[in-house]
Amino acid sequence: MKIYQTLVAAFSVAAVLSFAAGSAVAEPKDPDLTDPRVKRYIVGEKYSGYVVNEPETRDIQDDDFQNPAFLWVEQAQSLWSKADGKAGKSCESCHGNPEVSMKGSSASYPKIHKKKKTLLTVEHQINICREEYMKTKPWKWESDQMLGMSALVRMQSRDMPVNVNVGGEAKPYFEKGREFYFQRRGQLDLACTHCHVDNHGNKVRSEKLSQGMPTGFPTYRMKWQKLGSLHRRFRGCNKNIRAQPYKQGTPEYTALELYLMWRANGLPVESPSVRK
Amino acid sequence: MISGLFAALAAVAVVAAGSTASLAASKSKPPQKLVNYLVINEDSIPEYLSGRPGDPKQGRKLVISRKKGNCLACHKMPIPEKADHGGTGTDLTGVADRMTESQLRLRLVDPKRIIPDTMMPAFYKIQGLNRVLPKFKGKAILTAQEIEDIIAYIVTLKE
Ligand code: HEC
Ligand code: HEC
Ligand code: HEC
Repeated sequence: MKIYQTLVAAFSVAAVLSFAAGSAVAEPKDPDLTDPRVKRYIVGEKYSGYVVNEPETRDIQDDDFQNPAFLWVEQAQSLWSKADGKAGKSCESCHGNPEVSMKGSSASYPKIHKKKKTLLTVEHQINICREEYMKTKPWKWESDQMLGMSALVRMQSRDMPVNVNVGGEAKPYFEKGREFYFQRRGQLDLACTHCHVDNHGNKVRSEKLSQGMPTGFPTYRMKWQKLGSLHRRFRGCNKNIRAQPYKQGTPEYTALELYLMWRANGLPVESPSVRK
Repeated sequence: MISGLFAALAAVAVVAAGSTASLAASKSKPPQKLVNYLVINEDSIPEYLSGRPGDPKQGRKLVISRKKGNCLACHKMPIPEKADHGGTGTDLTGVADRMTESQLRLRLVDPKRIIPDTMMPAFYKIQGLNRVLPKFKGKAILTAQEIEDIIAYIVTLKE
């Protein structure tokens, strides 16, 4: 009898505790849309994931000294001027100061490579420079070197509006990317649109959905404990609905990146961003 | 009278849920055999999928479980001990006042028959899916008994 009572008491305490703990983490406050820091990332109907971030996460992104992504950027800054490969060249040999030569360039990627006549991301272009011009090994897509270099290049376009071209030779890629975006996939049979178009602002479990904008990549994600590429995020969003993902850098994800960047046209580049 | 009966009969569709599943999935395991069921008036499934009623206690666990129903991902439900209820679907509090058990069953089994562009997954279906991860290929999200357990729980959601 005594044991029974103690058990019941213990149970109800536990129930109360878990409820209290639960409600403490719930209900992220709606962002203050008049806050100038938030306003920068809202353009017309479009807004970036920064807006649905917790205020603490926004603070970390806004301070380059706190933003952990800058550990990778610093590494890339020293790689920039280091000769590598048979041609004996560094990025600097051809591109000089990245703050000058790379200013604004990533805002129009992915784009059609003039000679290769195919759609390429910043990462693809960096590896063309390494393989063909420096005569050295390409970096793996998700390597620290590639993530850092991609962040260094992309941050030279920070605060500049995305401006990709989807006409001309880019058109078939754009159509492919759009088709991907609207296509249901996986055991849960969902398309990107179900979450990022129809339901942004609503929550899935405790996560508030954004419009799934690509403007902050590579991004430092707390969950990853490191910097990660946009294509890694695509893989995550595919796997969450039990769909088979593609590899980073594939034509499928490159076309999808173009479609997403087109959706983001006008929003400022915010690489390297910080996310939950 | 006779024509009324005829119309009612015409509205009955037998769904051979598993039979034509793609054999392309056979690299891993053969697709799961799903039980056939009757759909009445494109609106409801009157019979237990598993031939017997479910267990509401088990059903309540399944709607919470992220690996199973995960209904809380999209729905608010009267489950106060969990804080993380999503908001992309309807609030299911009182849903049994709005829908019958048979209607709820079709809602779970194959909601796209009612709302083609719905976000809600079909929980008992393996056909017509695209690029399913090999681990889940040829398998429905829930078993027939799990569907019945969840039905047994959600029919209690009255206000
Ligand atoms: C089941 C819902 C769901 C689906 C379907 C989905 N995502 Fe996501 N996605 C999320 C969640 C949750 C997050 C994290 C919160 C947020 O920013 O929306 C996210 C984040 C993202 C982000 C990062 C946004 C940022 O600001 O960092 C991108 C990019 C993205 N998704 C792209 C996609 C693409 C492309 C697809 C289709 C292939 C897709 N998502 C499908 C749920 C989904
Ligand atoms: C031998 C000269 C050379 C070296 C070394 C070199 N690049 Fe390039 N890079 C080019 C040329 C030429 C282009 C123009 C596109 C092309 O022809 O492929 C280019 C284009 C680029 C672009 C696209 C710029 C834009 O505005 O579209 C990026 C980014 C880039 N390089 C990054 C790098 C990085 C990072 C390194 C070092 C790892 C590097 N490059 C090393 C010659 C070089
Ligand atoms: C990915 C999101 C998602 C998941 C997971 C989900 N649903 Fe739904 N559900 C919806 C949406 C959205 C609706 C609203 C109507 C529509 O568009 O289909 C809905 C509608 C319903 C309805 C009809 C409610 C009404 O009042 O019309 C019922 C019943 C229901 N869901 C039960 C469930 C149950 C039980 C589960 C778990 C086994 C579940 N749902 C999982 C998204 C979801």
